[in-house]
Amino acid sequence: MLQIKDIDVYYGSIHALKKLYLEVEQGSIVTLIGANGAGKTTTLNTISGILRPRNGTIMYKGTDITKVAPEKIVGLGISQVAEGRRVFSTMTVVENLEMGGYLRRDKKAIQTDMEMVYSRFPRLQERRKQLAGTLSGGEQQMLAIGRALMAQPELMLMDEPSMGLAPLLVKEIFSIIKDINERGTTILLVEQNANMALSIAHKAFVIETGEIVLQGTAEQLLKSEDVKKAYLRC
Amino acid sequence: MQELIQQLVNGLSLGAIYALIALGYTMVYGIIKLINFAHGDVMMVGAFVGFFSITLLGTNIAVAMLIAMAVCALLGVIIEKVAYRPLRNSTRIASLITAIGVSLLLEYLTIFLLGPNQKIFPDTAFTVKAYDIAGLSILNKDVFVFVSAVGLMLVLQYIIKYTKTGKAMRAVSLDNEAAILMGISVDKTISTTFAIGSALAAAAGVMVGVYYGAINPLMGIIPGLKAFVAAVLGGIGIIPGAMVGGFVIGLLETLVSGYGNSLYRDAVSFGVLILILLVKPTGLFGKDTGEKV
Ligand SMILES: Nc1ncnc2c1ncn2[C@@H]1O[C@H](COP(=O)(O)OP(=O)(O)OP(=O)(O)O)[C@@H](O)[C@H]1O
Ligand SMILES: [Mg+2]
Repeated sequence: MLQIKDIDVYYGSIHALKKLYLEVEQGSIVTLIGANGAGKTTTLNTISGILRPRNGTIMYKGTDITKVAPEKIVGLGISQVAEGRRVFSTMTVVENLEMGGYLRRDKKAIQTDMEMVYSRFPRLQERRKQLAGTLSGGEQQMLAIGRALMAQPELMLMDEPSMGLAPLLVKEIFSIIKDINERGTTILLVEQNANMALSIAHKAFVIETGEIVLQGTAEQLLKSEDVKKAYLRC
Repeated sequence: MQELIQQLVNGLSLGAIYALIALGYTMVYGIIKLINFAHGDVMMVGAFVGFFSITLLGTNIAVAMLIAMAVCALLGVIIEKVAYRPLRNSTRIASLITAIGVSLLLEYLTIFLLGPNQKIFPDTAFTVKAYDIAGLSILNKDVFVFVSAVGLMLVLQYIIKYTKTGKAMRAVSLDNEAAILMGISVDKTISTTFAIGSALAAAAGVMVGVYYGAINPLMGIIPGLKAFVAAVLGGIGIIPGAMVGGFVIGLLETLVSGYGNSLYRDAVSFGVLILILLVKPTGLFGKDTGEKV
């Protein structure tokens, strides 16, 4: 579904991604794990079109999206749940969800999807008139996921959805991610919480200072000594 | 007491004009963090478009206002596209200097094309009458200015609060990268913001024509600065703040010229600016604390 071939991404003179490659098969959960500053967010933002690679290509469902504008990429079915949740703090929960469906014109189906988000996250329904900035961290993460779902994505990019959440909530978020995938959405999950990520993923890539240093099935990586040493401290 | 009420009534229409102009400053600042110093001059262009619409096309004042709003909406979009967009990722000072350049360009281009002299706003378009209501003398021009300005502010509030475009404007000003990830086109949203802000300024320009009876190519400078003060007073980037700030400045100014000395009229707005920058730089409606992340 998504093939990234040898992309180089720079911030000014900083070479953030070096000949990075990645492949996501339709219907799967693929996780990209790596330490702070490895280049995970940079990878997702490049797929979303916010950053442009200097070299290399990104193919999505057989078409080259390397130079497509970010708002068009959302329209093609790729939505991102950004790092740090990034909800619109002084807009209500409903308004945030509406923004998720910004590109859609089908009012009725939008309404149906909003009900679907509410049934998945009943807390959001209770708080739908509340400003997003007043929600708890976990609720904000649910809102960020719900907002991305409103775009009816075929591929969902998720940037450290477990960040800063209590262990119980982390479990809940991961089971939600699994559920979203089981209902047909392909997922590229960026995580530092490698244990959790590998427990729900099919395939995994490990990134270090802008390069893929390891890849394989989730089971293979869970067994790998290198991964254990570097990422599975807990 | 009667006189105080009379002064307040007089101040309301002036305040409404400042509020309309201040809205444009605050909306643009909210979305691209630029103090658009050309904004007062867009108001001036609006006044001239209104003037020519009345004198050359023979329209009434309402149509003149609509034409001025449409022309300036387009002007605002062009200014943003040509002057500010190429600098969007450069330093703030570069954009600020550009804004001052655009301001001077509009002023001296108008002088070049139309001459420096003031033009008398035709009173055929608006015959001023005074009404005596409960001992207060109410001018129909004040009523016209106040009612149309408040009407426009209500329309703006509706757009910002309930329409998809308005919500996108808020989303972009809160977090433009997150907005991009929703599929919102930031460029289009910024253009819309300039269009709306400039249209409001144009309406204010026509109102200034009616209010003072004369217009000139440099008429945008002082009201522009005062509206800027109003926007800062309310908290720059905060829409209700701009409205309240506009009325406060308008009322203060009227009170000072009514009770004190009209020579201090201009000084008072800038005194307010200094005071607010010293005491609460975020303005009346501004929050000092960050949002919960
Ligand atoms: N806007 C930027 N300007 C300059 N350098 C940047 C910028 N954003 C990221 N970088 C650098 O690029 C590298 C990769 O950053 P990135 O944010 O992709 O890492 P990450 O893997 O997402 O880390 P984290 O787990 O902390 O979120 C880092 O060295 C970072 O310092
Ligand atoms: Mg990151």
